[in-house]
Amino acid sequence: MRELEAAYIAAMADADFTRELEHLLHEYAGRPTPLTFAARLTEALGGAQIYLKREDLAHTGAHKINNALGQALLAKRMGKRRIVAETGAGQHGVATATVCALLGLECVVYMGTVDIERQKLNVLRMNLLGAEVRGVDAGSRTLKDAINEAIRDWVTNVRDTHYLLGSALGPHPYPRMVRDFQSVIGVEAREQILAAAGRLPDVLVACVGGGSNAIGLFHPFLQDADVALIGVEAGGAGIASGRHAARFADPAVGRVGVLHGAQTYVLQDADGQIALTHSVSAGLDYAAVGPEHAWMRDVGRAEYVYATDREALDALQTLSRLEGIIPALESAHAIAEAIKRAPTMSPEQIMIVNVSGRGDKDMHTVAQVLGVEV
Amino acid sequence: MKTIATTFKRLKLNGRQALIPYVTMGYPALESALDIVPVLAAAGANLVELGVPFSDPLADGATIQAAAQRALANGMSLALCLEQAAMLRARGVTLPFVGMGYYNPILQFGLERFVAQAVASGIDGIIVPDLPPEEAGALYALATARGLDIIFLLAPTSDATRIQTVTALSGGFVYLVSLVGVTGVRDSLSPDLKDFVARVRAVTEKPLAVGFGIATPEQAAQVAQFADGVIVGSALVKEIGAAANPAGAARAFVAALRAAMDGAA
Repeated sequence: MRELEAAYIAAMADADFTRELEHLLHEYAGRPTPLTFAARLTEALGGAQIYLKREDLAHTGAHKINNALGQALLAKRMGKRRIVAETGAGQHGVATATVCALLGLECVVYMGTVDIERQKLNVLRMNLLGAEVRGVDAGSRTLKDAINEAIRDWVTNVRDTHYLLGSALGPHPYPRMVRDFQSVIGVEAREQILAAAGRLPDVLVACVGGGSNAIGLFHPFLQDADVALIGVEAGGAGIASGRHAARFADPAVGRVGVLHGAQTYVLQDADGQIALTHSVSAGLDYAAVGPEHAWMRDVGRAEYVYATDREALDALQTLSRLEGIIPALESAHAIAEAIKRAPTMSPEQIMIVNVSGRGDKDMHTVAQVLGVEV
Repeated sequence: MKTIATTFKRLKLNGRQALIPYVTMGYPALESALDIVPVLAAAGANLVELGVPFSDPLADGATIQAAAQRALANGMSLALCLEQAAMLRARGVTLPFVGMGYYNPILQFGLERFVAQAVASGIDGIIVPDLPPEEAGALYALATARGLDIIFLLAPTSDATRIQTVTALSGGFVYLVSLVGVTGVRDSLSPDLKDFVARVRAVTEKPLAVGFGIATPEQAAQVAQFADGVIVGSALVKEIGAAANPAGAARAFVAALRAAMDGAA
């Protein structure tokens, strides 16, 4: 961990490293991603002007590539030849497998067997990219168990292996490193909205699982006190049902605790055993929230709400029909909040919603929920 | 002088090494430890690690994770672990108890309340594998004030600075992880283990106990040649889990480990 922190600090101070990362983000990942004015959605909701930050258009179809490129370059610089990663929805696994192919690194991705089932397409993509996907059959068989297994592999093979953690979670320096690599989202969005509207937005909205896309969008606006930051957690089947992943929604189960080396809000039982979570979107299905979100919430800088499975599915369909953009189920949680919030705002106000990924990977889940045979 | 340190000192005077079995509390049945722990001393154990089950045991391999899940399903909790430790003491078990548990259940229990109840229940030391010394400040202060040892871990990848810090802070003994990785049965010991023990020995006089991956009497005997203590977890948990009579299985396996270790000494 100390070796990693030292290498990270040295890399970020090295102009060659940051230049190479910028080059790859531009030439390989397709950055900057556009900021699209959602004209029909704005009109339909009759409130704030809605802009969409289009991480769905980044290579591999989600924001995960930003962090994967950064950490893989760092791993290479540290002389590691092997990468392990966890994945929930599969987006981070695909991004990691992609950069490993690009940089010639061996890649093993751990994935809960429940997630393998609901994200089959992404498993195939990872295999095509040359990665080995190892199913994790322990615990809840989702993201948290995949993280357990990836950490175990890492501590076993630490001499030649880097753990490419995909969210703003885990022990220091991961939350900071992931935030920094994802901040390109907010840096671009800030420039783009100033160019398009001549002023800063009133509200930013992003979904929060571990919270990497949200922290990436929010962080460059932290000092702009007039910009409200709204994180959207997975409300699953509703808070009262107990089947959700909304760490901030119910103080009885979402309390400060320690999971995977980070002190933050964790869904847990009275004895401190980590709770099982549920969300229709695998990427939000995790018991702890990134520690910086916990901090922003406690100091009142950001507000956290939730959207249920049902609301996210409705939002996915709304955005598809009105804007021709099928968002990932994770991102659909942010869209659901926009649909609730925009009508309460005035037409002079501006909202930026992060479309953190595209929905192709979720067609299987959506078909199941809608009762469609594919 | 504290119980754990005294135990190691007495063994050293006799030219012997500590045998430290690990049991998962609440496994295979909720009250199994009440039968298993009392037979361990007679079988040749010198300390016992009482494992508190956790839903996400990061430092453990598949065997102990499965045992922990079963124990939790049986209804085991940190509070009940302490209660059973106290019951074992009330029944006359004098073997030093080392509680091994992850940090979140302790944090939720309350650090101060935990230390007070652990001491009252006859726990002599604790191991919290996901709490590095840098983060242990609050618990460390409370525990040492009450005479409860906190035992820290060193891995073969630990550098000289780390070895200094951990050996200085660790109470009772220093826990050396035999390999780079998680707990679990391995076919053979790491060839670097002896050098690793020697590297730590060079900077501390505290007893050094080796754990992770020690599965057979032969391996225990090998480790006893250069370490002060041998910790056996997953292999014992496997024996216990597969047996119709868990206490009998534990006694037989621990006795076999002891015989091999003493034969080697």
